[in-house]
Amino acid sequence: MSNLLSVSPSPHAHGKETTRKLMTGVIVALLPALFTSIFYFGYGAVIVTATAVISCLVFEYLIQRFIFRKPITITDGSAIVTGLLLAFNVPSNLPVYIIIIGSFVSIVIAKMTFGGLGNNPFNPALVGRVFMLISFPVQMTIWPVPAGLSTGYIDAATGATPLAIIKEGLKNGESISQLVTQIPTPSQMFLGNMGGSMGEVAAIALLIGFVWLLVRKIITWHIPVSVIGSLAIFTTILWLINPEKNADPMFHILAGGVLLGAIFMATDYVTSPMNPKAMIIYGCGIGILTVIIRVWGAYPEGVSFAILIMNAFVPLMNTYFKPKRFGEEVKNG
Amino acid sequence: MKTFPIGGVHPPENKLTAGSEIRYLPVPHSVAIPVNQHIGTPASIVVKKDDRVKTGQVIAENKGFVSSNIHSSVSGKVNKIGTVPDTTGYKQTAVFIDVEGDEWIVTIDRSDEILTEINLSPEEIVKKCLESGIVGLGGATFPSHVKLTVPSGKRCDLLIINGVECEPYLTSDHRLMLERGEEILIGVTILMKALRVNKAMIGIESNKPDAIDHLTNLAKAFQGITVYPLKVKYPQGAEKQLIKALAKREVPSGRLPIDVNTVVHNVGTAFAVYEAIQKNKPLFERVVTITGKSVSNPGNYFVRIGTPVKNLIEAAGGFPDDTGKIVSGGPMMGKALNSTEVPIVKGTSGIILFPSNESKRMDSMPCIRCAKCVQACALNLEPYLLMTLSEMGLFERAEKERITDCMECGSCSFICPAGRPLLDYIRLGKATVIKMARERVLK
Repeated sequence: MSNLLSVSPSPHAHGKETTRKLMTGVIVALLPALFTSIFYFGYGAVIVTATAVISCLVFEYLIQRFIFRKPITITDGSAIVTGLLLAFNVPSNLPVYIIIIGSFVSIVIAKMTFGGLGNNPFNPALVGRVFMLISFPVQMTIWPVPAGLSTGYIDAATGATPLAIIKEGLKNGESISQLVTQIPTPSQMFLGNMGGSMGEVAAIALLIGFVWLLVRKIITWHIPVSVIGSLAIFTTILWLINPEKNADPMFHILAGGVLLGAIFMATDYVTSPMNPKAMIIYGCGIGILTVIIRVWGAYPEGVSFAILIMNAFVPLMNTYFKPKRFGEEVKNG
Repeated sequence: MKTFPIGGVHPPENKLTAGSEIRYLPVPHSVAIPVNQHIGTPASIVVKKDDRVKTGQVIAENKGFVSSNIHSSVSGKVNKIGTVPDTTGYKQTAVFIDVEGDEWIVTIDRSDEILTEINLSPEEIVKKCLESGIVGLGGATFPSHVKLTVPSGKRCDLLIINGVECEPYLTSDHRLMLERGEEILIGVTILMKALRVNKAMIGIESNKPDAIDHLTNLAKAFQGITVYPLKVKYPQGAEKQLIKALAKREVPSGRLPIDVNTVVHNVGTAFAVYEAIQKNKPLFERVVTITGKSVSNPGNYFVRIGTPVKNLIEAAGGFPDDTGKIVSGGPMMGKALNSTEVPIVKGTSGIILFPSNESKRMDSMPCIRCAKCVQACALNLEPYLLMTLSEMGLFERAEKERITDCMECGSCSFICPAGRPLLDYIRLGKATVIKMARERVLK
């Protein structure tokens, strides 16, 4: 027996869950979507993912090493998750230098300037994505079409996303029933056989990831279900009012980044609310803002903006929406 | 199966001694019996150096209503009135007795006969609990006679008996239910008589199926006692959580179970009440679990109050080589000891020896706001926020966030993936807020 005994306050047991294990769990949940992107977009998807992950890790290391001068914590996995999500949110033919700039904005500006992990108000990957979208609008909106395990990268064949087809078509006075022939069928969209950002296309892969996140108890159902549910209800109402001007709810859920956003981006621990009541309100806000931007906004897709806008309200929501305490006195009339 | 609705965690159970029959620890050569083994005013000592005492004799008398008698657990000569370290690490007054033989006071019935007939009136039962030094044996050590005295204007219609034992490792209540089931049920009937209620619910977690079966069978012979299995979840043994789980009654913040017409007693207390009322035996020994993953001979023992912890550790085969921490109580709420001279007291439910690789906390990392602490809190508090407010000294805000509701069950620190010392800061904040509130009253 060692002569020195530890004396510390209770509890003397720990659940063995760690930040690194949680981040590893998120990475595992992203793998199905990563494999389907490589399957559809081939070589380009590999280059984009590798560039984003490596540059996020390097930027985080450099800041911690030379500016924070604190122990290096890049192995906690959070920078890898940011890198993966950043890659998932861009087209697979995006030039390397733009990805590096996006990673810089994500890690250095959106995360480390606020103090690093746990302190950033906005989702770093989305800040990087929106920065790239605004700064490089052309490169960010040329979408490769799925071409199997192709070796094409910058030179890959491109086409419009279903959301852009609808947006453009409606602007040109066409009706949904005319446009429906130009967009993929729901089953094609479910399997990810359509143009779009590399990680957002395959609903099936994202849903597998969702199930894993729930089983592994990394996230709760509140945010994804309220995002998708509110979006479905809102688009159903619009569709019932005028099915010729508004796409059906199934299309809205499967097209674009709704699933990726609802399952992986909106649920980011650091930038989402801390209790179930606030989580549901936050999720509904994202769903409704997404529809508003898609239907009435200038951009065909609105998930990123919707999440970032709702991120800004999270501190207020944490302050004003409180869980009902155990034994809270019920006010009598 | 019933359980409480909000929060909770599932620590590994590690009930290593669930199959070990309770044995009697040999009477030690000397004991140190603290005079403050209960919540309330310490008892005042009525013996002096060189007095001869018998086992079961009063050595310190209750002072005021919320207090309790202390009895000698051995026979022999008072060596000194001195100080002994207790579980908190502070020294406190104790009566030291050198043991000579084991002569019990004559009034104690030492036969094995089980006495079912209850002859005392409710008032006499309450008085006898006070005289026999009965306190809550679940760990809080609140004097039982106080709980049995329903304040005027309040009403009690339900007795809940706590056989949950939700703390990992501990098995003292489990073994007692298996080996002294009938005595416990008679004790419950005595408590029901004292409270004038005709309904008692015994809650036992489903990881003790043998105890559930045993007591359910025995309870058929008793009026008004029902046994309920509960889904395993920590902290189910907390009074308010147990009342919610069994009776769906929610004790309001800052109030007591009696405010929802309920009284809760532990199974160990029910057994002690049986012995006091039926056998005239005051509370001078209790069941203690000695356990740990590397302990060679873990077990459950009847231990005389005042026995040093080291005697119990020796009985279990001595210190394992890798011992890194000694904990009195369970791993979730127990206290780490800084000395093996600490005596076993009425509130000691177990002694756990942790190997050194489980004795150190993990490094504290930044909060990633995963909200697992919020989900784990059985009171729906926000531990991350309470910690930050305490850290920053914002105690008025912490008070509004109900920091004083916290029962310090430790679920938040247990679950935190960043290994943050949530409960340490919440304790600091809670103590400060309580002090602030007291000063406000004095002004």
